[in-house]
Amino acid sequence: MTSTTRSNAKMTATPATRVLGVLAIAATALMAVLGLFISPADVIQGEAVRMLYLHVPSIWIAYGAFVLTSVSSILFLRARKRREDQGRHYDRLAGSAAEVGVVFTGITLITGMLWGKVTWGTYWQWDARLTTTILLFVTYLGYLALRRLPADPMVRSQRAAVMALISFINVPIVHYSVDWWRTLHQKASLSVGRRPEITGEMYWTLLYSTLAVTIVATWLMIHRYRVIRLEELRDEEALAALISSRLKNDDGSN
Amino acid sequence: MLAETLLVVRKDLRVEWRAKVALGQVAPLALLILVVLAFALDANSSLLELGAGGLYWVAVLYGGTLLIQRSFDVETDDGNMDAFRMSAIGAPSLFLGKSLALFVQIGLLELVLGSGIALLYNVRVTDWVLLFVAAVAGTVAFSVCGVLWGVMSAGLRVRATLLPLLLVPVLAPILLAGSRAFETALGVRADAGWTWASLMFVIAAIHTAIGLGAFGFLLEEG
Amino acid sequence: MSAVVEFEKVVAVAGSFPVLTGLDLRVAQGEVILLRGENGAGKTSFLRSCAGLISVSSGDAHVLGFDMRVDRRAPRRYIGLLGHENNLYRDLWVREHVEFRAAAVGAAESDTDAALLRVGVPKQLWSVPIGSLSAGQRRKVAIASLVVGRPRLWLLDEPHASLDSESRENLDVILAEASQLGATIIFASHESPPTNGIASRVITMGGGRVLEDSGAS
Repeated sequence: MTSTTRSNAKMTATPATRVLGVLAIAATALMAVLGLFISPADVIQGEAVRMLYLHVPSIWIAYGAFVLTSVSSILFLRARKRREDQGRHYDRLAGSAAEVGVVFTGITLITGMLWGKVTWGTYWQWDARLTTTILLFVTYLGYLALRRLPADPMVRSQRAAVMALISFINVPIVHYSVDWWRTLHQKASLSVGRRPEITGEMYWTLLYSTLAVTIVATWLMIHRYRVIRLEELRDEEALAALISSRLKNDDGSN
Repeated sequence: MLAETLLVVRKDLRVEWRAKVALGQVAPLALLILVVLAFALDANSSLLELGAGGLYWVAVLYGGTLLIQRSFDVETDDGNMDAFRMSAIGAPSLFLGKSLALFVQIGLLELVLGSGIALLYNVRVTDWVLLFVAAVAGTVAFSVCGVLWGVMSAGLRVRATLLPLLLVPVLAPILLAGSRAFETALGVRADAGWTWASLMFVIAAIHTAIGLGAFGFLLEEG
Repeated sequence: MSAVVEFEKVVAVAGSFPVLTGLDLRVAQGEVILLRGENGAGKTSFLRSCAGLISVSSGDAHVLGFDMRVDRRAPRRYIGLLGHENNLYRDLWVREHVEFRAAAVGAAESDTDAALLRVGVPKQLWSVPIGSLSAGQRRKVAIASLVVGRPRLWLLDEPHASLDSESRENLDVILAEASQLGATIIFASHESPPTNGIASRVITMGGGRVLEDSGAS
């Protein structure tokens, strides 16, 4: 590796992502203004409905990120035997997407609970959506834990890819079983919150918020991807140095 | 493949027969859990009767996790995993063999737990067939998931904490389905016990398919 | 003679440490090779990469004709590996264990008794849990577990460790016989009175490479 590419690789920012970062800040600021001041309060839910603009895009982003993790994991498993790069790119993609997914699932849970406190009068309801989401959250926390274990990089990536696939297949199973469980037994308690009708300014604000949150998530993911790449580079350089120092030592002793 | 699978089953059960960890330690521990759960619910007999199905599966989850861990501790002890990798036994046979041996051990654990629940929580079974089928379905699903996650955490220093973290979210639907199916079988709730039982078979089938395909490279370490 | 092990500029990494750093070695069928070298010289890693347990990250590696970079599991069933650990199920009885190992490599379970007698495990120990045996007896059970498989390539890491002198000589006889029947043997040892007796070639390793080769061709 030449010294120029190495010095470039030491940072995670490029001009393009700096622009994206500024854009993310601006978009978030505008989203706050739109969501908190410009869009109207809901007829029934009142000011609490503003939670919607963060809550809903977050879970969409989270689902999107987990889909990306699964797709990347499949691509990684297909490419892992390639000699030149062993599909590492897809593994990094899967890892960074999962991190972003977990963060936004967390945001969804927190905003959901706050929203629930205001509208239902309680932080937690054992309804299908909340239960599925918290299981999703814990599943991918486990996935990240598996990725952090000290192990041979390829072994770790393969295990993580299998786990990503199982977790993803498990999402609909969890969703439908929980959904079915709650609708069978607790019909009454579910009708506490009425879903607000989303029209006009609220609709546009939600649409815009989705765009803003997507920009933020993309920016985060690119940086996480680069950090993972840098960690790998660091390990590769350390390894190369070790090999050459072992070779030098042997030559010296003989 | 059948012969190889049975070879692994026979070896695992023989290890258990000689060491008696499942019957001698895990089963009594799971019974203790039943007692502790009764403490938690203030020994309220109507609550215990209502919740017996769910409490049963919670106790199975607890004891089963220990059995899964034990099943892979046996393989990592004294470098045994190397011998497994070097053997001529195919990865699918290993997966099936370990699963089947685990099925037998968790099944035995459930017999003990079931008897304990019947005596301590004063339950009455209204549908024996459903109870049996649901127990088998849940145990199959539990075993294959356990082997799949067990091999991933095998030999790691953090396996005692990692295994439950990975396992429980995947087992959540099984716990849910098992509890509901048992409640129907115990006559506490009249509804779709059979559908819940078949859901567990579906989960088991999916994880078996993944295990057969992926066990080979999950077994490798370097 | 055909090559059983053919390594060219092999680099292997375990964790993030380079254990083999460009190793060149060719081993012909029937050779008995003694690996020497200090701790950390790469002896164990070489044996484990021959068994396909450590993946080769660059260079060319063939074992028993199989390309280890294509499928490192392929040659395993023809290989008998004895590591530092004995790979024993300590809850099983001696005979049950050897029977299982025999069946696991596709050998006949009926050879079990012969193998146990051959390595010198007395009959009264056959129905005893392995966990209650002495270190030397456990090592013998581990060797018997290899003998039943009649491997074509023996990879032995300090096989003489914890054996008494009589058992060491006995093991050397077993290995010499196996090599006469066409098996290839590679064993690592740093015993001070060198057990070269049966070795046809001595290789000294250091820093993950071959430093000296008594029989370089």
